[in-house]
Amino acid sequence: MNSSPQSESANYSPTSLGASLSGFWIWLVVLIVSAVLIWLAPNAAWLAKPPVDWVLPIADYTNQFMQVLVNVAKPMFRLIGEWFAIPMEALQGILQWLPWPATIAIFAAFAWVAAGWKLSLFTVLALMYMVITGYWSPSMNTLGTVLVSIPLALLLGFGLAVITYDSPKVNRVVQPLLDFMQTVPTFAYLIPIMLLFGFGPVVGVVASAIYACPPMVRNMIVGLQQVSPDVLESGRMSGATPMQLFWQVRIPNAMSTIMVGINQATMAALSMVIIAAIIGSSADIGWEVLNQMRKARFGESLIAGLVIALFAMVLDRISMGFSNRSRAIARQHAALTVRAAPWVLALAVVVLCSVFAPQLTWLSVWPEQWEFYPADAINNALKYVTAEYSSLMKTIKNSALFYFLLPIRIGFSKAISPFSWGFALEPWMMHAYAAAAAVIALLGAWRFSWRFSVGVVIATTLLWYGMTGLPWVVFILVVSTIAWQVADWRVGLLSLFAWLFMVVTGIWEQAMLSVAMCLAAVMVCLLLGGMIGIWASRSDRVSAFIRPINDTLQSMPLFVILIPFLMFFQIGEFTSFLAIIAYAIVPCIRYTEHGLRGVPESTVEAATSMGCTPRQLLWNVKLPLALPQIMLGLNQTVMFALAMLVITALVGSKGLGQSVYIALSNSDAGQGLVAGFGMAFIAIVTDRVLQGWSLRRQRELGLVS
Amino acid sequence: MSTLKDVSGTHSAAESSVKISCRSVWKVYGDNVSQRYPALAGQHSDPAALRKALLSEGLIVAASDVSFDVRSGEIFIIMGLSGSGKSTMVRCLSRLVEPTAGEVLLDGEDLLSANDAELIKIRRHRMGMVFQNFGLMPHLTVLENIGFPLKLQGKSSRERVARAKEVIELVGLEGREDSFPRELSGGQQQRVGIARSLAVEPDVWLLDEPFSALDPLIRRQMQDEFLRLQTLLNKTIVFITHDFLEALRLADRIAIMKDGQLVQLGTPTELVLNPANDYVAEFTKDVPRDRVITVGELIENASSDVPVDAPRIASKTTLDVVMPMFESHPGGVVVDSEGVTLGVVTPARVIQALAQHQSSS
Ligand SMILES: Nc1ncnc2c1ncn2[C@@H]1O[C@H](COP(=O)(O)OP(=O)(O)O)[C@@H](O)[C@H]1O
Ligand SMILES: [Mg+2]
Repeated sequence: MNSSPQSESANYSPTSLGASLSGFWIWLVVLIVSAVLIWLAPNAAWLAKPPVDWVLPIADYTNQFMQVLVNVAKPMFRLIGEWFAIPMEALQGILQWLPWPATIAIFAAFAWVAAGWKLSLFTVLALMYMVITGYWSPSMNTLGTVLVSIPLALLLGFGLAVITYDSPKVNRVVQPLLDFMQTVPTFAYLIPIMLLFGFGPVVGVVASAIYACPPMVRNMIVGLQQVSPDVLESGRMSGATPMQLFWQVRIPNAMSTIMVGINQATMAALSMVIIAAIIGSSADIGWEVLNQMRKARFGESLIAGLVIALFAMVLDRISMGFSNRSRAIARQHAALTVRAAPWVLALAVVVLCSVFAPQLTWLSVWPEQWEFYPADAINNALKYVTAEYSSLMKTIKNSALFYFLLPIRIGFSKAISPFSWGFALEPWMMHAYAAAAAVIALLGAWRFSWRFSVGVVIATTLLWYGMTGLPWVVFILVVSTIAWQVADWRVGLLSLFAWLFMVVTGIWEQAMLSVAMCLAAVMVCLLLGGMIGIWASRSDRVSAFIRPINDTLQSMPLFVILIPFLMFFQIGEFTSFLAIIAYAIVPCIRYTEHGLRGVPESTVEAATSMGCTPRQLLWNVKLPLALPQIMLGLNQTVMFALAMLVITALVGSKGLGQSVYIALSNSDAGQGLVAGFGMAFIAIVTDRVLQGWSLRRQRELGLVS
Repeated sequence: MSTLKDVSGTHSAAESSVKISCRSVWKVYGDNVSQRYPALAGQHSDPAALRKALLSEGLIVAASDVSFDVRSGEIFIIMGLSGSGKSTMVRCLSRLVEPTAGEVLLDGEDLLSANDAELIKIRRHRMGMVFQNFGLMPHLTVLENIGFPLKLQGKSSRERVARAKEVIELVGLEGREDSFPRELSGGQQQRVGIARSLAVEPDVWLLDEPFSALDPLIRRQMQDEFLRLQTLLNKTIVFITHDFLEALRLADRIAIMKDGQLVQLGTPTELVLNPANDYVAEFTKDVPRDRVITVGELIENASSDVPVDAPRIASKTTLDVVMPMFESHPGGVVVDSEGVTLGVVTPARVIQALAQHQSSS
C-alpha cells in the first residue's frame, strides 16, 4: 500500500472539504489574534487579568434580594419547615425507640423481597456494623431525614414530570431548570435554604428533596414518553378515559424506568442529607464523620465513614432490587405463604423485641462495653505506614504536583524552578519548546489533518502559560471557538456568555483554578478509565470484578470518598486530586466498556475476515465506533469531577469550590450563588459541547437516527 | 369484460346495509394545520387542486379526499405500500386520528360529532382493534390483558375472567392464561391481541396489519383462523395489509391506496382483471389468474346437455380448483348457490377467459 497523505485527503467529499476549510480559516484567524493578544498582554494589564472595575455587584444585589425575600417570606418558610419537621421528628422518634433488632429485621425483609436472601444477609451484617460500632443512633437520625426527603423528592419529581412529558413548551423551561438543579453545587443552595428555613435538620430535608428531584423527573419523563404508541392506542381503543390511560397504561408501562429514577433519587437524597451535615445542626452520621475529619481523627472518621458507605450500599441494592424486579420477564407465581414469610418473620422479631425490650436493655441500646471501636488500632497502623513510607508518598505527591498539576495551572513558564524541577528556566529551553511544538504541529498537519495541529498549538500554548497565566480574552476566545466548531454556534454563544459571567462577577481566577484541577483529573480519568474500560471489554472476568466496585463508588456519598486519601496524604491539593479521580473515573470505565462491547458483531467479523490483527481491530474499528459513547462517558466524568471538586474544598482545594464553601460558612448567599452558578456554567457548557459532538458523530456513523 | 363485472354484482354482501361510511375524509399533518387547511380549502373547491396546494405548502397529506362504504358483515381490506395512508384511514374510523375534514358515519350516526364520553362508549362497546405490534400490556398476564377492556368498564373480576376464558378458547390459547406477553411467540401474542379486541363483543372489527410482524408460515395459519373466526362471528371488518396475496385470500372487497388517495375499490377479481392504473396493475401482475377468476363469473346458461353426473360446485370457487375436475368431466361442471343451480361452466369457456386476461396483463 502506498497511501500518501494526498490520496487520503482526496477521500473527502467536496462539501465536507469546503466545510473543513472554512473551519481552517476560522481557526487561523483565532490563533493569530490569540498570538497577538498574548504578545500584548505583558504590557496591557487588562488583558492579562480581568480588570477589577469590570466586576458588577451581582453578589451584592443577590444578597439584598435575599434579605428582602427573607424578611418577607421567612415566617411562611419557617411554618413550612415546622410541617416538615413533624414527620421527620416522628420518624426519627420511632426509629430511635424501635429496638435495633426490630429495625434490622424490617430492613432484612425488604432486602429479601427485593433481591433474595443474599442481600438480606448483607443488610443484616451492614446494619449490625452500625450497632456494634456504636453509631446506631446517629444512623437512625440520618435515616429518618432521608425517609422524609425521598417521598418529597418523588412527589415533586412526579408532579414536574407529569406536567412536562407531553408538553414541549413546558419541557423547554423544565430541562434547563433541571440542569441547574443538578449542576449548581449543593453547598451553594444550602445557603439560601438555610437563610429561609433557619438552622436545623429541616434544611437537610429541603435541600436533599431539591437535589434528589432531577433524576426522578428525568427518568420519569423518559419513561412516560417511551411508552410505545401501539400500547397507548390499544389502551385508547379499549375505551380508556384519559385518567385510566395515564394510571393503567402509561404508568405501569413506564414503571421500570421510573424505578431507576427512584433508585437514583434515593441515592441523591442520602448523599445530600450527609452533605447537609456541614451546617452542623443535627446529630446524624454525616456530622459524626465530618467532625472526626475536621479533628484529623482518621481512624474514627474511617469507622464512621464506613457506616455511610454501608448505608448507601444497602439503600442502593434494595432499591435496585425493586427496580430489577419490576423489569423481570415474569413475576414469580410463588405461593402466598412463601411470599409472606419475610414479612411474618420481621413482624415476629418486632413483636418479640418490643415485648422483651423493657427487661433486656441491650435490645434498645447496645452496651458500651460491647462496642467494637478499633480507631486507635487504625490510627497506630496509619502512623506506622505513613512514617515507614513517608519518603515514597512524598515523592509521589510532589511528582504529581510539580510535573502535572502545577504546569496545567501556572504553566511551564512558572512551574519550572530550581525548587520544583531542580533547574531554572533558561531562554534556550523556551526556544526549544516552541520549536518542538512547531515541528509536532507541522508533522501532524502533514500526516493527519490541520485539526490535529490546531490541537497541538492550543495544548502547548496552554501548558506554557497555564490556565491562570493565559490572558483571559484568549481563553474565552479559544474555548468559545471550540464550542462553536465542535457543537454549533449556539453552544459557542453560551460558552461566551458563561465565561463573561465569570468576568463580571469577579470569580475568574477561582474559575481558572477549578478548570485546571478539573482538567488534570479528567485527563487522568480518561487515560486510566479508558484502559480499564478496554480491558473490561475484552474480559468478562475483569468486567464482573469491576462492576460492583463501580456501583459502590458511584452510589457513595461524596465526602466518604475523601477519607482514605485524606488518611495517607493529609489535607491539600493532591488529596483532592485523587478523590476527584476516584469518583469521576467510573463513567469513563463504564462507557468505554459499553461502547466497545456495543460495536456490532457483524462489523467485527467483517474486519477480522479482512485480516485485522486484534490491535488494528481495536484502534481502527472498535475505538472509532465507540468514540461517541466514550465521549458521553467523558461528559459524565466532567460532571462528576465538578461535583467532587466542590466537596474537596473540605480538604483544602482552591477555586470555585472553596469560594462556595467560604460563602457557606459566612452565610453569604450572593457569593455562594455566584460561585455556584459559575460551576454550573462550566458543567453545562462542557455538557453541551460533548453531547453535541457525540450526537453528531453517532448520526454520521448511523448509530442513531 | 363487461359481463364479468355484472356477475360480480351478485356478491353476497351487496344487499346488506352500510355499516361504516367515509365521506371525503382528509387528514393533513404539519404546523398549524387547523388554520391553514380551511384557508386553502376555501380557495380550492376541487379536491385535486386542494391536494396540490396542500403539498406545495409542505404539508403532509396522509389521507386525501377518501370515500368508501363498508357493508355489514363484509371483510373490507385497505391495501397499499408503506406510507400510503392505510393506518391513518383506519384510525380515522375510530378517531384515534382526528380527521382534518370529511365525515365518518357509523350506523348512520356522525362519529366526528361524538363528544369524548360518547366516543369512549363507542370504543368500549362497538369497536375492537388489533395492532401490528400487538400493543399488549407487558405487566399484565394473558388473562388480564384480555380482560383489560372490561376492567376499564368497571366489570367485576368474576365477569372479566369468565368472558376472557371464553375468548381465550375461541382463539385457542387455553393453558397460557397466566403467561406474560414476553413469554409468548409472536403468533401467540397476536392471538392475545385478537382475543382482547373481541372481549367486548364489538360489531366493528378494525385490524391494522395484524399479521405483518409474523413469519410467513404462522401468517398463513393465522389467516385461516381469521377466516374461521369470521364465519363464526360475522363482524364488520376493516383489515389493513400491504400484502396483496393476503388481501386476495381474505377480502370481500379491496381498497387500494397510494399517497393518501384511494386509487381503486373493488372485488379481488375486479382489481386483477381491470386494474385502474399501473400502480394497481403492478400489485396484481404476478397473481395467477386462475386463482382469482371464479366460476360464478363464467356461467353459461344451463342448457339441456348438462352431464348428469357433473359435480356441483359453489359459485365462489376459483378456476385453479375447478380445472382438475375437467379431466374426469370434460363436459363441464354445474355451478350452484345454496342448492339453486345457476348454470354450467365448460372447459372451453375457462380457456377463453384465461386467454383473454393473460394477454391483457
Ligand atoms: N403523526 C404524524 N405526523 C406527521 N406525519 C404523519 C403522522 N402519522 C403519519 N404521518 C405520515 O402520513 C403518511 C401515511 O402514514 P400511515 O397512515 O402510517 O401509512 P401506512 O400505514 O400506509 O404505512 C406517511 O407519509 C406518514 O409519514
Ligand atoms: Mg401502517
